[in-house]
Amino acid sequence: MKPVKNGARRMGRYSAFDLARHGVARNGWPRAWHNHDLRRAYDVVVVGGGVHGLATAYYLAARHGISNVAVLEKGYIGSGGSGRNTAIIRSNYLTPEGVRFYDRSLKLYESLSTELNFNVMFSQRGHLTLAHNDSSLRTMRWRAEVNKLEGIDSEVISTAQVKELVPYLDTSSEARYPVLGALYHPPGGIIRHDAVVWGYARAADSRGVHIHQNTEVLGIDVAGGAVRGVATSGGKVATPVVVNATAGWATLISDMAGVAMPITTSPLQAAVTEPVRPFLGPVIVSGSLHVYLSQTDRGELVFGSAVDPFPSYSMRGSLDFIESLAGHVLELMPSLAKMRVLRQWAGLCDMTPDYSPIMGQTPVEGFLVDVGWGTYGFKAGPVAGEAMAQLIAEGKTPELIAGFSLDRFMRGELLGEKGAAAVGH
Amino acid sequence: MILIPCPHCGERNVSEFQYVGEALTRPNPDGVDPEQWRSYLYLRSNPAGPTVESWFHRAGCRRYLKVERDTVTNEVTSVTLPGRGGPQP
Ligand SMILES: Cc1cc2nc3c(=O)[nH]c(=O)nc-3n(C[C@H](O)[C@H](O)[C@H](O)COP(=O)(O)OP(=O)(O)OC[C@H]3O[C@@H](n4cnc5c(N)ncnc54)[C@H](O)[C@@H]3O)c2cc1C
Ligand SMILES: [Zn+2]
Repeated sequence: MKPVKNGARRMGRYSAFDLARHGVARNGWPRAWHNHDLRRAYDVVVVGGGVHGLATAYYLAARHGISNVAVLEKGYIGSGGSGRNTAIIRSNYLTPEGVRFYDRSLKLYESLSTELNFNVMFSQRGHLTLAHNDSSLRTMRWRAEVNKLEGIDSEVISTAQVKELVPYLDTSSEARYPVLGALYHPPGGIIRHDAVVWGYARAADSRGVHIHQNTEVLGIDVAGGAVRGVATSGGKVATPVVVNATAGWATLISDMAGVAMPITTSPLQAAVTEPVRPFLGPVIVSGSLHVYLSQTDRGELVFGSAVDPFPSYSMRGSLDFIESLAGHVLELMPSLAKMRVLRQWAGLCDMTPDYSPIMGQTPVEGFLVDVGWGTYGFKAGPVAGEAMAQLIAEGKTPELIAGFSLDRFMRGELLGEKGAAAVGH
Repeated sequence: MILIPCPHCGERNVSEFQYVGEALTRPNPDGVDPEQWRSYLYLRSNPAGPTVESWFHRAGCRRYLKVERDTVTNEVTSVTLPGRGGPQP
């Protein structure tokens, strides 16, 4: 991929020289993106200032020269799932459609720091999904074969190899759920999620995209089966194209356009400990124990689990979650017993029946969706943004996302990814 | 802690219950076209606010219940037995 040219309106380019100069002069950094007045009309309105909305806007401007674009965000950018996720990036999914799609995203992430001139701190430390019983080992072999066919670095490894990679893991046969092996995915890892959001925002802004924070979409104007505009807390805006990129709130935005969705909204919780010295390399996921963990570059341990057991738009954490999480983490790594949890939080996830996203056109002309990101959508931000931008620019659904269309549910052609996405996001 | 007042068992912690789903009326599988059937299977209203749903008291009386809940505050406003003709689990 070609590195992008320095846009004329960019507020300075970050560089090592720049860093040194600011370090010495201490005159502060310029703002990374502008505030604008809301125009009366845009060529494209993107609802939702998460990684998906911002990436879509960025690729529209950077790849297709469409820069009369507004991103409308009711809070601050990254206030949804994009600022709350546990930042796991991987492409070892189960369906060929899923694997191809997520792998394109992983490739985009690998060069994203250069593309955006923003360090997104992608740390490819490897990703391990543990098998505790024969049936999960069987699914992993299946996944590894699908992965290899698609050219993904992914293999089933033995308990001894797991122990070598993660010495602190309890791999003894006395464990309640002994580790029988694992699916190992070396290119997987974690990323600095805020940096991805800010990097896309800054790069889109420098190409002329308007990012409007504190601007809530209240209604969508549809006439004659086509989108005409949106009503916002800052006034009315005319536009022929609206992209719904609101994840947990996706149903509410689609309702405004009269498009029914196969989505339910559930909170997903996570927790983080105090920082300790680096001791954990790969990301570790245990489906049977409903838990995953990783160590950040700062040394904190980040824990997560499956979604809360009932739908809700509330982002309150629960004691149930932290209690069962702690118990299960200790079954994996008893030596963590003295670690202190610093905080826990929740974000909203837009769950679909098949654990696959929904991208593309809807029965309403000009109303596009990029939703259904559930617990796994952060890693897909770049590829979804790229594909949605291409769809808008060329008016044709790109091959890579054709299988993820909304009408697959009415055709009964679901893309079951639950086996690869329910716990390991 | 979210408490659900079960008509049989009294107020109990939400973790004793299993969420079943939005209260929907199942179309008659004979003589329904695939589109209607799939709408019933997959489409959800997923409202932010008051909603009516089915729950199962797994660790209690093991009865299905009709629960009215606000999905923004998680406040449970009514728990009744699903009556005949009412929403069935
Ligand atoms: C705890 C947790 C852990 C996760 N872990 C992972 C992981 O490890 N790997 C992974 O790939 N994914 C993970 N995810 C999922 C991932 O975070 C999401 O799928 C992804 O961030 C969705 O991005 P988005 O841009 O579509 O939506 P969001 O980032 O949620 O952005 C949607 C935005 O829309 C805005 N909005 C809503 N309504 C309106 C309105 N009416 N008007 C204007 N704006 C509106 C919201 O304020 C929000 O900022 C996790 C999620 C959570 C909660
Ligand atoms: Zn009961």
